[in-house]
Amino acid sequence: MIFSQFARRRIAGLAAGFVMLVVPAAAQGLGDISTFTLDNGLEVVVIPDRRAPVVTHMVWYKVGSADEVRGKSGIAHFLEHLMFKGTARHKAGEFSARIAEIGGNENAFTSYDYTAYFQQVAPEALPMVMDFESDRMRGLILTDEVVAPERDVILEERRSRIENSPGALLSEEIDATLYQNSPYGVPVIGWMHEIAKLDRNDAVTFYDRYYAPNNAVLVVAGDVDAAEVRALADTTYGKVERGPALPPRIRAQEPEQNTARTVTMTDPRVSVPSLQKSWVVPSYENAAKGEAEALDLLAEILGGGIRSRLYQELVVKSGIAASSGAYYRGRSLDDGAFGVYGSPRGEAKLEDIEKAVNAEIGKIASDGVTADELERARNRFLRSLVFARDSQSGMARIYGSTLTTGGDIAEIDAWPDRIKAVTAEQVKAAAARYLDSRRSVTGYLLPDGEDRT
Amino acid sequence: MSRRNDMHERPVGRLAQTGLAFFFAFYFLALSALAPARAAQIQEVTSDSGVTAWLVEDYSVPIIAIRFILEGGTTQDPQGKEGLVNLMSGLFDEGAGDLDADAFQLALDDAGAEMGFSAGVDGMSGSMRMLAEKRDDAFALLKLAVTSPRFDQAPIDRIRAQIVAGIVASSRDPERAAEIAFSQALYGDHPYARRREGTAETLATVTADDLRTAHRRMFARERLHVGVVGAIDAETLKKHLDELFGSLPEKAELTPVPYIRPRLGQEVRIDYPLPQTSIQLAYPGVERKDPRFFAAYLMNHVLGGGTFTSRLFNEVREKRGLAYGIGSDLSNRRHSSALVMGTGTNSERAQETLSVIRDVVKRMAEEGPTEAELESAKRYLVGSYAINNLNSSGAIANTLVQLQVEELGIDYIDRRAGLINAVTRDEAAEAAKLLLSADPAVLILGPGSKNGD
Repeated sequence: MIFSQFARRRIAGLAAGFVMLVVPAAAQGLGDISTFTLDNGLEVVVIPDRRAPVVTHMVWYKVGSADEVRGKSGIAHFLEHLMFKGTARHKAGEFSARIAEIGGNENAFTSYDYTAYFQQVAPEALPMVMDFESDRMRGLILTDEVVAPERDVILEERRSRIENSPGALLSEEIDATLYQNSPYGVPVIGWMHEIAKLDRNDAVTFYDRYYAPNNAVLVVAGDVDAAEVRALADTTYGKVERGPALPPRIRAQEPEQNTARTVTMTDPRVSVPSLQKSWVVPSYENAAKGEAEALDLLAEILGGGIRSRLYQELVVKSGIAASSGAYYRGRSLDDGAFGVYGSPRGEAKLEDIEKAVNAEIGKIASDGVTADELERARNRFLRSLVFARDSQSGMARIYGSTLTTGGDIAEIDAWPDRIKAVTAEQVKAAAARYLDSRRSVTGYLLPDGEDRT
Repeated sequence: MSRRNDMHERPVGRLAQTGLAFFFAFYFLALSALAPARAAQIQEVTSDSGVTAWLVEDYSVPIIAIRFILEGGTTQDPQGKEGLVNLMSGLFDEGAGDLDADAFQLALDDAGAEMGFSAGVDGMSGSMRMLAEKRDDAFALLKLAVTSPRFDQAPIDRIRAQIVAGIVASSRDPERAAEIAFSQALYGDHPYARRREGTAETLATVTADDLRTAHRRMFARERLHVGVVGAIDAETLKKHLDELFGSLPEKAELTPVPYIRPRLGQEVRIDYPLPQTSIQLAYPGVERKDPRFFAAYLMNHVLGGGTFTSRLFNEVREKRGLAYGIGSDLSNRRHSSALVMGTGTNSERAQETLSVIRDVVKRMAEEGPTEAELESAKRYLVGSYAINNLNSSGAIANTLVQLQVEELGIDYIDRRAGLINAVTRDEAAEAAKLLLSADPAVLILGPGSKNGD
């Protein structure tokens, strides 16, 4: 459902842009997480995990598609592709070749609020990786000869991810309807007609403005310690000149919303209809205390899996739905989104699903959730923190995405306690306040020639 | 901050495999090189009743991951009851022993465990991830699921309806249609040509007794492979192995599946007005146990493996911008092998893309890789093991199981780099000639692609 990230090549298992799993800074058996800042402003986070001789190295820039100038959609993602085109010191493809010949992995991805580049290598290769990555932080050289074919590549990427899929096309237009003013209404990959016009100059302008050590976070996880990383960072990233100070990331904010909107798409490739309903809701960065946590638990209780209300009521008990669930996109600088979805099975109609989904939301808004439901949802979140420590790159992503969307390490550390503190009353209040049909967007995906009933 | 709900994945969600994915349903490609990693001190553990598991003990994170495969898979679907094994995979958390679906799922949640089953073409795999402190409760539930699933009528009907809804939902999806057409063209009346999820008609014939019979025939100790990683020692594991699998019958009663060579030298064209044309090519493969396997594996890596370095990547994407995704892989199923390539390209340039691919293949068939390319491929494939296969407990457990399925031996990790490094350029060139001189099977899905063009 959540389609907000574009990578140079698909990365299995790392799909959702706003997903955030958070863990205590000092979990059992693994080293303490440490952080420091270089003189040029680069923030560094080191997450020791010495179980295997592997290091995950990620540079996160505090810039994403929501920072683009209107009319230049897709430039953040286009630049991400162009970052592989070489510098004065290293020709195009050299970095990738060096990574490949030591058996390393690499990739990059772009979202609304951040752009990140990563490599996974053996610890001995970390100095090489840091040398190359710091070199392209300010040293990228772009020519029209490399820009033109790469623009064709991202046009193909757009066709393959969006135009090829009715569901993806609809999701884009739901977001464009949901956000009436926020740049989150523009797809991360960009609109086709605007991508087609992006050129070298657009890329260079964007790069010069945003790519600098004082606008980036370096996250190194794996078989290293903080002292080693510090020494290497000083001799690589430390040599990169600080960029001009950037103004605060203040984007156009959502106005008050007063309407229920519908977005309907029919397509001959669709044979079973489906719906999704979305609301603009606060994010972890701009919510009142405890509200984002309450939205997280609301999404879990309402539609977070096979024990959720939507699944149990619609799929198991009444048997009208083939699928149904809910999600909260809360890891963003500006207002996030809350969504529910479902599709019918058997003789049921899409309007039956819509009524039933609305009824489940209404029950929580008026009667709240039980103590048992809340306890189970909390425990599932807390358990996921322990499991999260098992993935080195997953840990690096938690820290990188938090620190580039306005959060800090203290927030990550405090998250379990804040989840534990959420009351049933807060969950009910979040549903009543935010999941209001009168200011929602409902998207329908229908077979050709059908209507919603 | 939402969690990923991997443990709630339903079998119906896995139907929409596209592209190359269907070649790798269970026998995922050849394993990458194993590095002598600290994390991979593999112990062979045999319980009192004779159940064997491979164990990597690791106490860094207080969790345990277990994964196992029972050979058989969807090839065991009786004629006319296609989809039975896939349906079964959706029923293991829908009631077992004295616990009905509700009670079982609540108990699993209380135990803090995540359980999953999945039906591949060649085997049924199961997995569980648990908190070490709740090990006893978690293993007890897994034992119930493995040895005494209830197959109650209500869950059967519900999961079947969900799967049918998925089949209907993809019935007008041209990518799914192309996938079905291509596997029928390649495999004729072999079980690999059948739809893994069955059809509405075949699923309607499946009864609870059919499921019990299939379970009894497939769930046996003889063709069981188990991998365990995490905070558990060998003695403790032995007890749990007896508990989990000790009561299963010794011998499986599997329907023999013949070996099949995919039918090459044919074109399947499907005309559909899509913005992008999908192209797939299938060439002969090489058996995992063939002494020429590593020569072919290295050659394929140069041709279309890796991330941003292969010949296909450079010619199709980097130089010409014809596609976003392009690659090739060796597919090694238990009863068939192939070398497959795939890409999605601008429909107006599909013929150009196909001819570029065929030129790259022709040159590789005639000349083989260069010495330098072969050396790079060796370094990549030797070095990448730890990163690709040891990056989480689940990944390691999966690797332990695959090593057993492919009968590579517990010392394979230590031998593998030697096997790769021993391949000469002549051997790689010979493998290229052997596989790539053949006239391939070609699938072209896109506008204006008609058979007989």
